[in-house]
Amino acid sequence: MNCLWCHEAIILDVNWLNILIPSVPRNLCDTCASNLEKINGKRCRKCSRIANIEVCEDCTKWEKYYQGYDVLEFNYSIFQYNEHIKKIIAKWKYRGDYELGNIFNETFKQEFVKKFSHLKNAVVVPIPLSRERLEERCFNQAEMLADFLQIPKVDILTRVHGEKQSKKTRQERIISKNPFSIQQNLNKYAILVDDIYTTGTTLRHAAKLLQMNGCPRVFSYTLVRG
Amino acid sequence: MSPPNNIPYIPSRLDSKVLYEYAGKLLLAKELPLNTPLLQENFTKIPSIKRTLFYQECLRCGNRQSHLFGKIPCAGCNKIHSYCRNCIEMGRVLECEPLYYWIGKEPIWPVFDSPLTWRGTLSKYQLEASKRIVQAVNRLEKELLIWAVCGSGKTEMLFHGIEAGLKQGKRICIATPRADVVRELKPRVQAAFQEVPVQALFAGSDERAGSAPVIIATTHQLLRYVKTFDIMIIDEVDAFPYHHDSTLLFAVNRAKKEKSTTIYLTATPRKNLQMKVAFHRLPHIFVPVRYHGKPLPVPKLRLCFSLKKDLKQNQIPEILKEWLTLRANPNRQVLIFVPTISLANAFAEKHEEFQQLGFISITSVHSEDPLRIEKINQFRSREIDLLVTTTILERGVTFPSVDVIIVDAGHTVFDEAALVQIAGRAGRSSADPTGEVIFLHDGKTEAMASAVRSIEMMNRRGGF
Ligand SMILES: [Zn+2]
Ligand SMILES: [Zn+2]
Ligand SMILES: [Zn+2]
Ligand SMILES: [Zn+2]
Repeated sequence: MNCLWCHEAIILDVNWLNILIPSVPRNLCDTCASNLEKINGKRCRKCSRIANIEVCEDCTKWEKYYQGYDVLEFNYSIFQYNEHIKKIIAKWKYRGDYELGNIFNETFKQEFVKKFSHLKNAVVVPIPLSRERLEERCFNQAEMLADFLQIPKVDILTRVHGEKQSKKTRQERIISKNPFSIQQNLNKYAILVDDIYTTGTTLRHAAKLLQMNGCPRVFSYTLVRG
Repeated sequence: MSPPNNIPYIPSRLDSKVLYEYAGKLLLAKELPLNTPLLQENFTKIPSIKRTLFYQECLRCGNRQSHLFGKIPCAGCNKIHSYCRNCIEMGRVLECEPLYYWIGKEPIWPVFDSPLTWRGTLSKYQLEASKRIVQAVNRLEKELLIWAVCGSGKTEMLFHGIEAGLKQGKRICIATPRADVVRELKPRVQAAFQEVPVQALFAGSDERAGSAPVIIATTHQLLRYVKTFDIMIIDEVDAFPYHHDSTLLFAVNRAKKEKSTTIYLTATPRKNLQMKVAFHRLPHIFVPVRYHGKPLPVPKLRLCFSLKKDLKQNQIPEILKEWLTLRANPNRQVLIFVPTISLANAFAEKHEEFQQLGFISITSVHSEDPLRIEKINQFRSREIDLLVTTTILERGVTFPSVDVIIVDAGHTVFDEAALVQIAGRAGRSSADPTGEVIFLHDGKTEAMASAVRSIEMMNRRGGF
């Protein structure tokens, strides 16, 4: 087995413990694995940003924007957005190195169970790419993440092609119109899945649409808090 | 003003600009404007990933290692198939998409009567090497190795050879493994050939067409060329990653014409090249003296028993501090080489300790530092007086007046070639042709001994 990121051979050391209990196959070497930083300690309970207050300033603004009824109940993210994960995500998503997504398979599954397994009768909804973007990249990273999870996935959102989100300012993103459309109603809890939570605007656009089409509660689960 | 669109496209000949840009290329569908019908006629499709019973092969980069192929459920063709992970930085090669290979005619490259605008002079040794390169170009010799010590002025030695090629309408490529070196070479070559189009190609470069008679490129970029160059100059042939990565050798060999001249430049040839030289299988010429005519500084070894312990605690070893205060010429800037990025950062944080030793502006630099180009420029303009660096600065960069110390010279990242190259950072200018080079270690390695031997050998050959 070679490290998915640096391609160095991974030498598994065999000891009396892992001889008895087959260890989870690792796809990152120790060095690359140690460069991923999980979000530890105190975080905003609504968006997972590292913070010393319970609800961060941004989330307070969102509350206000929706007059106290934020369409997104909360977002949960696993990793901090450091240089290392930035590079991995860029290569995975933009260069299209599909296999790199498998780095997150185990963690994405485990953390989901911890945070969301109490929700009964929920489905995951991956944030879609526009048709043009999907043709260019050949896969959707949010779809890949959603497929790691062992609960039903529904693809009921579509996205219309627009200019890149990253090129807009924060203000423009907030006021930009909803890029999604929806195919059918959904009367179950929805957990939106995407690779990264940055301002939360995209996820709220999707959440709003789900809510308007029968969805009682919307959450989001993202790999990284940007 | 845009041309009226009722004029039919005349397929008599390709617009010459397009021709120069696409001739000799091997491209992905995405890289080819498919709406230009004539371009399509000049390209043929070949499969991108070949499957045999025992392995797959990426026909763009030659990769056959199974762990460097990935599987993707492709939304383009709705199948699960392979893609190449090895050359993905150059755009993804998907099994379901062919590669486009130029089969059109070769354009006629311009013949320049007197392209060389450089008016400098060459030292005796440089002149000898320069003449030998010209000879190799004119006689269409297959290969030639220029074994030239650090600071011998390699680039200037190339100018007459490039001139000879341009006078015959040849296409020339200078390839090097590192983008930093491409950036550094481009303005120098362009200044020497002011009338000749010169393009630099590297990941993220502004120029992308690759349509000039003279191309300076990272070896990776050559993956887009097939049988294109008459003269292939490979600078720093021993440098990482070239000697580690068989892809780059593959790329270079495919990018040159069947009848072509390859010139290897190096200060520290690896064993395989040295063997070829020793067995007369590779014509070569030595340039044992720096352009300023002074010998290479010979490294001094300093033993430090507490080294491993100090480094573990991110402490600056006492011997290093002592050396910093007792240097013969305190006006020189200092380069401290360390084996790892984390150590580079840890040392650079010790501002106070270095300040007590008389240094005002201290920083670190490494391959993942987004500010590395700015920092190198600041060091060159003396805004920084002490720079802690990883091997990223081992070659390709010139500072006029520095002392150099390698901390933990016995570490595996410092192989013989790296040690010789690092030693070669000192004494580069005629204003200050010497400089101290210290190998700080806790046990002499074979690499250190060989590095010192090879530097002394070069000095002897140079008549010192
Ligand atoms: Zn690794
Ligand atoms: Zn928050
Ligand atoms: Zn490849
Ligand atoms: Zn496909």
